[in-house]
Amino acid sequence: MGKNHPNVDPYIVSRVRALESLLLEKGILAPDAVDRVVQRYEADTGPMVGARAVARAWTDPGYRRLLLDDPRAALARFDLDYAMLMVVENTEAVHNMVVCTLCSCYPWPVLGLPPTWYKMPAYRSRAVSEPRALLREMGLVVPEGREIRVWDSSAEMRYMVLPRRPAGTERLSETELVPLITRDALIGVAEVSPSPAPAR
Amino acid sequence: MDGIHDLGGMQGFGPVEREPNEPVFHAAWEAAVLAMMRAGGSRGLFNIDEFRHGIERMAPAHYLRASYYEKWLDGLTRVLVEKGAVGAAELTTRRAFFEQRPDAPATAAVAGPLPGRVRFSPDWLHGVIRDTGATPRFAPGDPVLTREMHPHGHTRLPRYARGKCGVVHRCHGIHVFPDTNAHAQGEQPQPLYSVRFDARELWGESAEPNQVVHIDLWESYLLPGR
Repeated sequence: MGKNHPNVDPYIVSRVRALESLLLEKGILAPDAVDRVVQRYEADTGPMVGARAVARAWTDPGYRRLLLDDPRAALARFDLDYAMLMVVENTEAVHNMVVCTLCSCYPWPVLGLPPTWYKMPAYRSRAVSEPRALLREMGLVVPEGREIRVWDSSAEMRYMVLPRRPAGTERLSETELVPLITRDALIGVAEVSPSPAPAR
Repeated sequence: MDGIHDLGGMQGFGPVEREPNEPVFHAAWEAAVLAMMRAGGSRGLFNIDEFRHGIERMAPAHYLRASYYEKWLDGLTRVLVEKGAVGAAELTTRRAFFEQRPDAPATAAVAGPLPGRVRFSPDWLHGVIRDTGATPRFAPGDPVLTREMHPHGHTRLPRYARGKCGVVHRCHGIHVFPDTNAHAQGEQPQPLYSVRFDARELWGESAEPNQVVHIDLWESYLLPGR
């Protein structure tokens, strides 16, 4: 656990328990609500829906068009009803990346819960003002000639990047492509590598 | 409000620190905070804008020191007390109880049986579009100028994008207005636009080359530009 996680502080735990016990008692919090949250986010989500949609977009031009023009209809193919998503496409000319400078807005239904770094001041402050330097530090060099387009999620619209399909994956099927597509690539702080990346 | 939460363009926070193989939750209490936030929101005890404004009012030094879910806990507690959903006094009593019994489960302080089934609506966060029939004032391609404003209350116009010229990229439809919805002044829905700003407009000579920022902005943040 990094320095960003003072998470076993007994002062905080007592405050959580206090509020939790009151909300349970008042019938605001269901007795199984915490277990269901753990189950849902530890088991059910992660970047799977986003990765599956991208893999299909890479292998099916019609689906790619649908994902960009009508993300809700495109995500419905994966049994997800999500009206608030915009999908932005990386090309040779444009690199997209997503941030929320005011809080930590993030497309939970397609990417799962955000990583801690996405929610911390370093990323939120610098993504809009020095994205090229920030990405370089994070291991992604964006050529000077490629525009960096930053999407600051200041409203309830959410953004997901459609990354470029890496060279050398032409023979891979949609199913084989899915595990290559990382959460970081869908946020826009990484490119997709033609071989599976170590888990982050 | 010009609070510590409005981080865009600030300097001095150092490099992004990534945690390899980061777990979904770092401690059990984090999931409890997430569950409580969802429960309170879905039961209509507060809306998302009130919740966000609850976090924004943290003391700045505390905001920077706190982990993400501690921020949520702080904002959630503030809003639930303000709304009268929980009492400050009973909260103090319960905190004292759990400080004495740090390993006790939350149910240890609950007298009598727990209430039965609790209704939960998972979609409460996303219902912000209102088809009022309002005609958007701006069209894609229109130049706009953001207002130079410094309200004491909640706003979603970041400080770094005030008094700046941009171009409308698209209209997202008619959305609930956070600046009023956070303060019991109604939803007052209005058109929401994706507005594109050149980095040089935002950061002047310090801007990196070949960069733009898109920000989602409500119509009343915008004036016609040139």
